[in-house]
Amino acid sequence: MLGFVVRRLTVALLVAVAVSWLSFGLIFMAGDPAIAIAGSGGSAADAAAVREAYGFDRPIVVQYLDWVTGVLGGDLGRSVYFNMPVSEIVAARVKVTLLLGFLSFALALLVAVPLGVVAAMFRNSIVDRLALGFAVLGQAIPSFWLGLMLIVVFGVWYGIVPISGTDTWRGYILPVLVLSYYAMPAMMRVTRSGMIDVLDADYVRTARAKGLPGWLVITRHALRNAVLPLISLSAVQLGVLLSGSIVIESVFAVNGMGRLAWESLLRSDLPVVQAIILILALIYVALTTLSDVINALLDPRIRGRRA
Amino acid sequence: MPLFPRKGAASIAALLAAAAISFTAPAAFAGKADDTLNAAFAAEPEPLDSYKIAGRQGLILARHVYDGLLYKDLDTGEIVPALAESWERTGPLTMEFTLRKGVKFHNGADFTADDVVETLNTVITPEYGTRYAISVDWIESVEKLDDYKVRINMSKPFAGAVEMLADALPIYPHEAFAAGGSEGMAKNPIGTGPYKLVEQEPGIRYVFERFEDHYEGSPKGKPAIKNIVVRTIPEMNTQYAELMSGKLDWIWRIPPDQASRLESRVNVLSAPIMRIAYVGFAPLANGGDTPIANADVRRAMIHAVNRQAIVDAFAGGASKVLNTPCNPAQFGCEQDVATYAYDPELAKTMLADAGYGDGFQIEMIFAAMPRPVAEAVAADLAKVGIDVVLNEQQYAAGVGKWRAKELPAFFSNWGSYGIGDVVFILSNFFGGGADDLVQDKEVQEWVTTGDTATEDSVRLENYSKAVKKIADEAYWMPMYNFNVNYGLNPDLVFTPHPDEFARWWLSSWQ
Repeated sequence: MLGFVVRRLTVALLVAVAVSWLSFGLIFMAGDPAIAIAGSGGSAADAAAVREAYGFDRPIVVQYLDWVTGVLGGDLGRSVYFNMPVSEIVAARVKVTLLLGFLSFALALLVAVPLGVVAAMFRNSIVDRLALGFAVLGQAIPSFWLGLMLIVVFGVWYGIVPISGTDTWRGYILPVLVLSYYAMPAMMRVTRSGMIDVLDADYVRTARAKGLPGWLVITRHALRNAVLPLISLSAVQLGVLLSGSIVIESVFAVNGMGRLAWESLLRSDLPVVQAIILILALIYVALTTLSDVINALLDPRIRGRRA
Repeated sequence: MPLFPRKGAASIAALLAAAAISFTAPAAFAGKADDTLNAAFAAEPEPLDSYKIAGRQGLILARHVYDGLLYKDLDTGEIVPALAESWERTGPLTMEFTLRKGVKFHNGADFTADDVVETLNTVITPEYGTRYAISVDWIESVEKLDDYKVRINMSKPFAGAVEMLADALPIYPHEAFAAGGSEGMAKNPIGTGPYKLVEQEPGIRYVFERFEDHYEGSPKGKPAIKNIVVRTIPEMNTQYAELMSGKLDWIWRIPPDQASRLESRVNVLSAPIMRIAYVGFAPLANGGDTPIANADVRRAMIHAVNRQAIVDAFAGGASKVLNTPCNPAQFGCEQDVATYAYDPELAKTMLADAGYGDGFQIEMIFAAMPRPVAEAVAADLAKVGIDVVLNEQQYAAGVGKWRAKELPAFFSNWGSYGIGDVVFILSNFFGGGADDLVQDKEVQEWVTTGDTATEDSVRLENYSKAVKKIADEAYWMPMYNFNVNYGLNPDLVFTPHPDEFARWWLSSWQ
């Protein structure tokens, strides 16, 4: 088990390093960062001054190693655009994204699991159809459109929630609704199909036969086995939610990581882009490892298997 | 920043307008009630050190906090005193300024010659990294003559000097600036301006409060509105929703098609600005091995494009077709020049005479321009046999390719820093620098003379010659001047200005 985790972590970290190296090179391919920073009124001389000031004239490999050295020493560098330490900027925005991500994830889970279980228990009934319809709708509706519609209805027509911004907790209501509806369908369907498989299994029939109450059969025997694929999926979904949604953050003017990443890419703010990629890579590594461990805890078969 | 950073994927403006009619909710315009102007930008403002800002958003905020030595009254076109009470040219390369007494900074410090000397002498050093060299590279040094008198020694003659001193080069308090530098000023902006910054989340939210001790006699005057809150709301549709529900009082850069839909509910203003769209031709591209090197080909290309139809369809408002490589509102932008009317038949004949009867292929990159406009240009050129390979790129990538002389045609726009003088446009493209892919020695000389002469008549004469020749030779296909659509709370009185600087200190409630 320990060897398995260590190996997974090593591979994941190598992936993270490769990604950061690639992104570093890609930014240079997307145009000269010095010209981007000099802005649309910048002359060639202004761009040259920027190039020298930020060291963009050095070989990319040197610049990359420079960055890596800083990070290993705990310094994420300074934002070219904001002229502030990257850590300060990211810290301010990561909080918003984490809150939004966890809330949306929790809501999605709260809806998806009971809905999936009920749909599986009453397979092909009207309940099942409605639940599936609800999920398909969530998958099909573009989240920016749903966001704008919710803004029109609840922000403009009824005026009961803030339209944008996260100055108060009420500002989180609409973005959490939209994000969770975006994450929910896959989770609901996985729960449903997992439950359907399990409900037909021999041990569930045995549990029923020995006279256990229905709810106990469902929760203790069926669900425990049905959630294994859900956990792996949830790790991915949570990763997506925690990395910040460019679309949702833009629509609701939420100042989180997704938009920071997007804007920083557009303005060639290399240190910020690199820091975000690093953080996201770490989040994914942590989540996948966590889901493996939870699966192992829930399922003795995984625990016993030699990695 | 590009003027059109994003195209909204969907429009809810129409839906909102309809909603407003069916749900006649009480128009609770909060701005007037609590004397707070709520404004939004789609792009994040840069840190509020004016000398390092490229985007208009940050500069607008900075001008509410800081003042310059002089100020330009755009209604009369006159330069008027601001922090300097009076000024005079004391030699070909020297100017002396008598400073105003009794001016206070937001932190209570008195404004004196030390502030001017410290600020300007710092920002002209290469280490400081002032964003645009053109704004300060004409200053050699600044000397203190006494507590309220300074002399600026110029490193070269520069016709734009006075324009630059008019609010574009703000004065910082010397002690705070010496201690904190650029980063300190951005973190804690202290100026003499009509508003002081009381709270900021950089790039996200800014809160301003009227500075009650703003100096008497300021050309900016005493603001009528007490508070200003500026937020970044990237999605235009969200801005419309906020504006219509009364939670925003001011938004700008609304695309023309959306503007007409919003008109039923809010106050929409369209105003022309200094920024112009152009297609630059590069006779020097690819070592001169391009059809663009032939003047008749360039002329034919302008004849081939129905610029009036493009303006009507996509720019609208106060935009007009241009014939010059500058905005007619700019000083020195001669209008008596060769023009090229829309005439595709003539264009075909000219191309045939030039040996391109079968047409040719040419690459054109467009950056910071709406795609439909670029496609319309390409479609018109296709009708006369010119196959345009159209490429949309980020501004940096496009300009990089242009400066590398790999691009025969580049479609973009130029804002002249919002200043009404051709010195801020001609020299960049025709003055012999890296963006000059024409390298016409005659034009270069006229432009340089115009940029450095002190006599207006000399400047006008030389610029006139330059602009005429650029039009004659069709070095550019000038497209149109931009306009900006503002969306306003009907209670708000706001006057737009052609330099794209919102002056909220002039705003009031109806």
